[in-house]
Amino acid sequence: MSPRSRPAGHEDIEGYGSRRAAVIGGMRDSFGVPSIVLGASFVGFGALVREAGLTVWHGLFSSATAWALPGQVALVELYSVGASVLAVALAVALTNARLLPMTIAIMPLLRARGRPRWQYYLAANWIAVTGWAAQMRKAPHLPEAERLSYFGGFAAVLWTSTLFGTAAGFFLAESVPPSVSLGLVFLNPIYFMLVFAAEWRQRSRALALAFGAVTGPLMHLVSPDWGLLLTGFLAGSLAFAIDRALAARAERRT
Amino acid sequence: MIGEAMREPWVWPLMLMLVGAAATYFWRGLGVYLAGKMSPDGTLFAWVSAVAYALLAGLIARMIVMPIGPLEATAISHRVGAAVLALAVFFLTRRNMLLGVTAGCVTLILLTFVT
Repeated sequence: MSPRSRPAGHEDIEGYGSRRAAVIGGMRDSFGVPSIVLGASFVGFGALVREAGLTVWHGLFSSATAWALPGQVALVELYSVGASVLAVALAVALTNARLLPMTIAIMPLLRARGRPRWQYYLAANWIAVTGWAAQMRKAPHLPEAERLSYFGGFAAVLWTSTLFGTAAGFFLAESVPPSVSLGLVFLNPIYFMLVFAAEWRQRSRALALAFGAVTGPLMHLVSPDWGLLLTGFLAGSLAFAIDRALAARAERRT
Repeated sequence: MIGEAMREPWVWPLMLMLVGAAATYFWRGLGVYLAGKMSPDGTLFAWVSAVAYALLAGLIARMIVMPIGPLEATAISHRVGAAVLALAVFFLTRRNMLLGVTAGCVTLILLTFVT
């Protein structure tokens, strides 16, 4: 890695001291607002599962195994209209394709020498926006050996709260007033927006986020199916090119 | 035996969910594999990272500006106004996440149900 592509403050490594302590540190960071918000987001999914005439166990199974909300919602909606297995598989894969660039981007911040590869393949199932964003921010400040541990602790608490959220949504589906359920649905985009707004100081991320936010709705008008992937590719590449050009110019000046 | 079990009403959706989980894990597993093949010098990783951030920002913007589901019933001016207020509160309170999200959600509820 060249120094300029490192996240800001890469040099100030401050670990927890042990892998065990890093797991607990991750759990502590996830306990509270991240878990409350994500758990609340899954309340809506639990309610949807009930409306579709499924059992609470279906909802819990889906949340426990897939753990990527947009794909889960698409699946239950497609089940309700009697879609085929192939249609479900393709729709879920298309909805969740964002996980590919996310997983590639996070791997350098999870890896450590000496860890067996299966641990990364296992941990990958818990890669989702909230934990991903936390890891991208925190891991550069952790020693390599503690990174996967921190991620595991963070994801474990988050995952647990989404299972509770799914069950709560299922059983409370009919007793939640419409104003509250509206607020719960809005919680998710607002929370993610603020999580990423906190990244505005880091130029490469800020550029990608700003271009993506403008391009996303426009591309959705062009193609609801492929709009997001186009957004990532176009806005991300433009942000990357501009960041490189600015970095090269700054280097020439010094 | 298997044919009989398949006729149970809970089996079919469970199988769909298994397929859905596999389709989701496919990207995650492929990501781990591809990252292992990439040169760790950082350039390609920096580009993929920019793609990921742009994609997520696009998704969030779309969820606020052009939502699918119950939010469709709310006015776009109310949603954008609530989002801007959430950002303002977040930065004015030294990035207090709880206050930021609460301000955004309460504002949308008030705007929708009072006006």
